[in-house]
Amino acid sequence: MFIVRNRKFFYTLSILLVVMSLTALFIWGLRPGIDFKGGSLVEVEYPIGSRPSTETIKANLDALNLGEYSVRETGESGLLIRTSELSPKMHEAVLIELSDKGIRAEEKRFNSIGPVLGDEALQKSWISVIMVLVAIVLFITFAFRKVSEPVSSFKYALIAIIALVHDVIIPAGVFAVLGHFAGFEIDTLFVTALLVILGFSIHDTIVVFDRVRENLRRNREDKQKKSFDVIVGESINQTFVRSVNTSLTTLIAVFVLYLVGAEATRHFSLTLLIGIFVGTYSSIFLGSPLLVTVYKWQEKRNK
Amino acid sequence: MWKKRISALLLLVLAFGVGYFTYDKKEEISKFPYRLGLDLSGGTHLVFQANTADLAASEIPESMSALAQVVERRVNLFGVSEPLVQAEEGGTVGNKEHRLIVELPGITDVNKAVELIGQTPTLDFRLVRPEVEKMTEQQKANANVNDLFMPTGLTGRYLKRANLQFDPTTYAPVVGIEFNDEGGALFAKITKENVGKILGIFLDGQPISTPVIRQEITSKQAVITGDFKMDEAKALVRNLNYGALPVAISLVSTQTVGATLGEGALNASMNAGFIAFIAVAIFLIIWYRVPGIVATVALAIYIVLNLALFKFVPVTLTSAGIAGFILSLGMAVDANILIFERMKEELRRGLALPDAIKEGFHRAWLSIRDSNSSSIITAIILYYFASTPVIKGFALVFGLGVVVSMFTAITASRTLLMAVGAKGESKFARFLFGSGITK
Repeated sequence: MFIVRNRKFFYTLSILLVVMSLTALFIWGLRPGIDFKGGSLVEVEYPIGSRPSTETIKANLDALNLGEYSVRETGESGLLIRTSELSPKMHEAVLIELSDKGIRAEEKRFNSIGPVLGDEALQKSWISVIMVLVAIVLFITFAFRKVSEPVSSFKYALIAIIALVHDVIIPAGVFAVLGHFAGFEIDTLFVTALLVILGFSIHDTIVVFDRVRENLRRNREDKQKKSFDVIVGESINQTFVRSVNTSLTTLIAVFVLYLVGAEATRHFSLTLLIGIFVGTYSSIFLGSPLLVTVYKWQEKRNK
Repeated sequence: MWKKRISALLLLVLAFGVGYFTYDKKEEISKFPYRLGLDLSGGTHLVFQANTADLAASEIPESMSALAQVVERRVNLFGVSEPLVQAEEGGTVGNKEHRLIVELPGITDVNKAVELIGQTPTLDFRLVRPEVEKMTEQQKANANVNDLFMPTGLTGRYLKRANLQFDPTTYAPVVGIEFNDEGGALFAKITKENVGKILGIFLDGQPISTPVIRQEITSKQAVITGDFKMDEAKALVRNLNYGALPVAISLVSTQTVGATLGEGALNASMNAGFIAFIAVAIFLIIWYRVPGIVATVALAIYIVLNLALFKFVPVTLTSAGIAGFILSLGMAVDANILIFERMKEELRRGLALPDAIKEGFHRAWLSIRDSNSSSIITAIILYYFASTPVIKGFALVFGLGVVVSMFTAITASRTLLMAVGAKGESKFARFLFGSGITK
């Protein structure tokens, strides 16, 4: 009951986080990686201790007229160079410039994506986000088609979507901040992480709603006259441990992935960590209390 | 009781069998090896865009498969083990693009690879458009090649072989080509219907020779008389013999991962998977005690089943795919937790232990079904709208994981839990089957 009673506090907290995220997104935006805007990425490694300074490298690369590019140090002795799309010839030229005065740079990774593919990836990402959202609304409406009391099944879906939007905006906001201060870029994996968060968070929300559904039925059958907010409060209490525990096991797994997993999935696991955390929070502290709020609005209007 | 124990034992034996199958013995060559993506094994992934603008929609599939064959022959020359060459449709709705994916495991010298494939010539024969006759010289000079010539459908894919010949009068080197039967018939038809017209021979989109058709040619043979130097003619013959491309291609994406980086990523991913399993298991056993042990065993069964599927399907594992697997590992426990929490409630309500177990499974099923459905939907959409193989790999592993987890969490854990055979009503038995900080 604690959560339902203090719902205004949790609403405020969520609104605050969402507003902050939106502000970050609005001011700084997300930095698209080469997946989306096209371009090339070269990662090289030098023998330990012999990495030239980024100034030297920049001076060398300036001679090539690459247009806009960036040089960043990675790991102990690596360099990461991002440029616009390199032709095979330019790629070779860049590699020669990176090997400064006889210090051999070993190429560890080369990614190059044409702008056409980038546009397509962006478009497909949007399509999948929209499709997932639509599919989830349909799914919840379907799953809750028999529960339209006292709040219609459509409203269950709507509330679940509000929780979802909340769960996706916050990690996006965090990445806007990290993009601005730490140069984090978003790629197709980032979008994938957001979609997984959507699936996971709805998963959690459904379990709580499902319990509300069951308790409503029990309430009717046993002819108890519990009020709606009591039922919701009880449902949250009953599923609380479960929600926290399942998220905990997933968080444990994702956290391990973040700590020791491959470099390529580090940002991906970070996005998941934030999203799953926020998603669990929203299904407990936001989704179900919102049911009560919506119910109360209805009551008021009916009077 | 014994029946339950025997089925549990069978399950365990079966799981061990599968586990043994998934364990890769290094010294032996497995019949079903794990398939590693290029980001883990090191290698190059190239995407070429095919220029199909000149082709009728009905011709595209055939041309693309011919293209794939030619490029594959080229790639094989390079001595790559298990290269992958495959035509793919891309683009977004209403704007279909045709692409060729080339994967070269172990090759990290991109430029060499690109050059090798890029050297493949595009050969095609084009007729002068009828409206060209009405053009003034000035117009002709300014016109684009495509305004002057139209494709005939006769392309390099109908080529049987090329050889070096010499012009009988000038002794200049020329390139003789021979069509296969299909190409020969097409060539005969074109020459028969267009006597007196110019048939341009185009190499890589540029006209290199524009002879006038004098009569129908049924010999399946033609001669290209460019202004060749000896070595140019030789190179062209060699390149044509390796295969001429039916459609022009251009490189749109390159991804190369060095072998050391790949190996590092593979080790890191495997470590992450192992540690994640241990960490989740520790949590489960501390919190849920006996059911926790059962859940851990079910999770182990889940892992070996998945690994076996990776081998059988086979799934190409990438770091994103393994990340999906680790994620699903965390989520697989979800169903167990739902069941155990339910069980605990039923216990509290005063049900006897076996009944509580039964009820727990029964009641949790609806939630498990509904909540996993959303993940499956996400995985399917991700798979079909994946813009990169990375995302596709992730979606496949993730989706498989969720489906398998529904099976293991329910069937495997129920069988095992029943077999543990708790009938004790003692406080201790209840403690063992309780969880967390019970009062």
